[in-house]
Amino acid sequence: MLGYTLRRLAGAVPTLFILLTLAFVMMRAAPGGPFDGDRELPPQVRANLEAKYHLDEPLYVQYGRYLWDVARFDFGPSFQYRDVSVNDLIASGFPVSATLGAASLAFALILGVPLGMAAALRQNGAIDYTAMTAAMLGISIPNFVLAPLMILVFAVYNDWLPAGGLGGPQHYVMPVIALGTAMMAYVARLARASMIEVMRSNHVRTARAKGLSAARVVWVHALPAALTPIVSFLGPAAAGIITGSVVIETIFGIPGLGQFFVSGALNRDYTLVMGVVLFYGILIVGFNLLVDLLYGWLDPRVAYR
Amino acid sequence: MNARAETLERAVRGRSLWRDALVRLRANRAAIASLAVLGVIVAACVAGPWFSPHDHFTQDYGAIWVEPGLADAHWFGTDGLGRDLFVRALEGGRMSLLIGLVATLVSLVIGVVYGATAGYLGGRVDGVMMRIVDILYAMPFLFFVILLMVFFGRNILLIFVAIGAINWLDMARIVRGQTLALKGQPFIEAARMAGAPAPAIIARHIVPNLLGVVAVYITLTIPQVILFESFLSFLGLGVAEPATSWGALIKDGADEMGRAPWLLVVPAVLLAATLFCFNFIGDGLRDALDPKDR
Amino acid sequence: MLLDVRDLQVRFDTPDGVVEAVRGLDFELAAGESLGIVGESGSGKSQSVLALLGLLAANARVSGSARLAGGDGGIELIGARRRVLERVRGARIAMIFQDPMTALNPHLRIVTQIAEVLVRHRGLRGRAARARAIEMLEAVRIPDAARRARYFPHQFSGGMRQRVMIAMALACEPEILVADEPTTALDVTVQAEILDLLAEARARTGAALVLITHDLGVVAGQCERMLVMREGEVVERGGIERLFAAPEHDYTRALLAAVPRLDPPGGGGS
Repeated sequence: MLGYTLRRLAGAVPTLFILLTLAFVMMRAAPGGPFDGDRELPPQVRANLEAKYHLDEPLYVQYGRYLWDVARFDFGPSFQYRDVSVNDLIASGFPVSATLGAASLAFALILGVPLGMAAALRQNGAIDYTAMTAAMLGISIPNFVLAPLMILVFAVYNDWLPAGGLGGPQHYVMPVIALGTAMMAYVARLARASMIEVMRSNHVRTARAKGLSAARVVWVHALPAALTPIVSFLGPAAAGIITGSVVIETIFGIPGLGQFFVSGALNRDYTLVMGVVLFYGILIVGFNLLVDLLYGWLDPRVAYR
Repeated sequence: MNARAETLERAVRGRSLWRDALVRLRANRAAIASLAVLGVIVAACVAGPWFSPHDHFTQDYGAIWVEPGLADAHWFGTDGLGRDLFVRALEGGRMSLLIGLVATLVSLVIGVVYGATAGYLGGRVDGVMMRIVDILYAMPFLFFVILLMVFFGRNILLIFVAIGAINWLDMARIVRGQTLALKGQPFIEAARMAGAPAPAIIARHIVPNLLGVVAVYITLTIPQVILFESFLSFLGLGVAEPATSWGALIKDGADEMGRAPWLLVVPAVLLAATLFCFNFIGDGLRDALDPKDR
Repeated sequence: MLLDVRDLQVRFDTPDGVVEAVRGLDFELAAGESLGIVGESGSGKSQSVLALLGLLAANARVSGSARLAGGDGGIELIGARRRVLERVRGARIAMIFQDPMTALNPHLRIVTQIAEVLVRHRGLRGRAARARAIEMLEAVRIPDAARRARYFPHQFSGGMRQRVMIAMALACEPEILVADEPTTALDVTVQAEILDLLAEARARTGAALVLITHDLGVVAGQCERMLVMREGEVVERGGIERLFAAPEHDYTRALLAAVPRLDPPGGGGS
């Protein structure tokens, strides 16, 4: 299993390399530079700045320098926030984003799986139709619609929750719901579909034929098999959460990676944007690996080769 | 069996598959209701603006922050610049639906051609082509699109291409899988034996067999694309003024929701209803074409 | 009478209308007896026995009566409460299914799958249940049972898995063993081993057997009586010798004619 993990990590290197190269090319191909601010800088100052950040060197030298730095996990200085390195920014934003993301994922799984299971076990009943219509609604209401509507109701009309910023747990309530609802709806639909299929499978029929209690049939025999598609969904789910966090962090004014990315892109902060994109890439690769290992733990038939 | 008889038999089989699917779809009340609601929304977006005396960009400082009502035919009210929300919401709908349709078609064409080629050629070519898809899957494309929008300006054509270019990956995978499955079928073998060139076989035999998958894919991709465009517009990176879309309207509405909540609620409801309908229709279509779950 | 089935009917509500799978089945089963139910696929033979244990899909409607001896005047199985059925399943009537590849849970170790029946019906605790499960595996001649008990189903061959199924079915020494096409999914050489094992197990425990199959050869070797089913109805019934020697119904004759024989064609059947 260690060998498998290492091989998977090695396999991710080309992906990350292409990602990095694409990001680099796009940033440099873009019109406008980091020092094209509102006011024109004197040529001497500008030249000094460019020399300081090595922007005066040929592109291939810059590229090589960047690759070398990244290989040592050094994402360089931020152009936008002077005197702060991208590493520092990521280090300050990541815990915030990770908390938000983990809480949203937990919210989605803890509510979505039981909802889907309940719907599956009462297939075509009232619970099923209600839950699945609600799930479809959850999928169809985008997070950037849900978030302002919630702010309107819970922060503007009623002063129940803070409209934004960071602080205690209450600051996370609305962002987590906004970010997690669509995912919860997906999880519920997935859980329902796979539960229905598993409940009809031969091995569940065997379990029932053995006279096991309904609870044991569902929880011990059906659930592990029903969970595998949900585990596979966790990879895309993590990517979805990262995407969603960009807009949610912007709406709620949460100082996480997503907000850095948006402000970095708008201000042509080359190093910050590339750092964040690359960090996201590493994160997704790592998460997918974790999901695969979890998958193998759930399904003994999977062999790590 | 001669070629003509075989073609006839396949045509009959194909037709009965679709007829069965149609019967099952009709029995799905949620899907039929969604189809009706979606029809109303689309019709309103296409024809609605003509029934209003206003247009979507004229600013009227004598009528700002008008609440929804019958006054001066501002049925959905106006925004802070005195622009009529009824017309703007439908105009935004035109844009969102158009983007959804065009970008989906772009991704469909790329996906079908790529997937069918990989699946049909098979072997090492297939391996390389699918490895490329795998790598592209791992790319956080959204961030590239955001960067593109920031660098090269808010250009509708770019949005079409960018969104379409992302979504083709799923289609390519589906089409490749189906092509591989179909490739072993006797009628494909027969066509190959008869000396039909590969592109002809793909176009004549494989693509028609993918119609069911494609129909489901289109209905489920259009809402995704609309959602994605709205997301970009919400970040201020989608369509540029004076053009508008539901996402752009939602962003404007969210900025002013304390003062004029209708600016948020109207486009939000339209967008959510449209996505809801598309998703239900896509689900119904999938169940109708592949009724293993019933 | 151990089991008395009267006018059993099974219907399925499908989107395309009602399908009548079993149309009025009657049979009796005495303790220790063995009954073969024969018919082609779709004749309703599997649905009949699944109906007895309440194991049919949700869209099935079952009517009629099936009395299992015990208590005052027996236990009515059709329409019985879930609790009642759960005490019968696995404990008094145990099932062996056709496809051992999919009938075992791929996520649980073999020992767990056998032990949980003992925990449920015999009240054994963890270690005792596992020890007994290993004994059951030894009884169906699984070599190195103590070690292999910790295997997952995918680590066994098809024949071994069917042995596990038999061990599991026998764990609580049921009065009735229902085997639904127990050898159909197996290689020919393995089929004979499994049938021998089944016969041996019956001799040891004295369980009655309901054997469902389309293979008359299997019935001939295992059963005393048989029912021939077609399209949900019994077309002929009787002792094995009589049915094989002098079938009365055309369908039975056709089935017998379909059995491959060593003697020249035309020598038997019609």
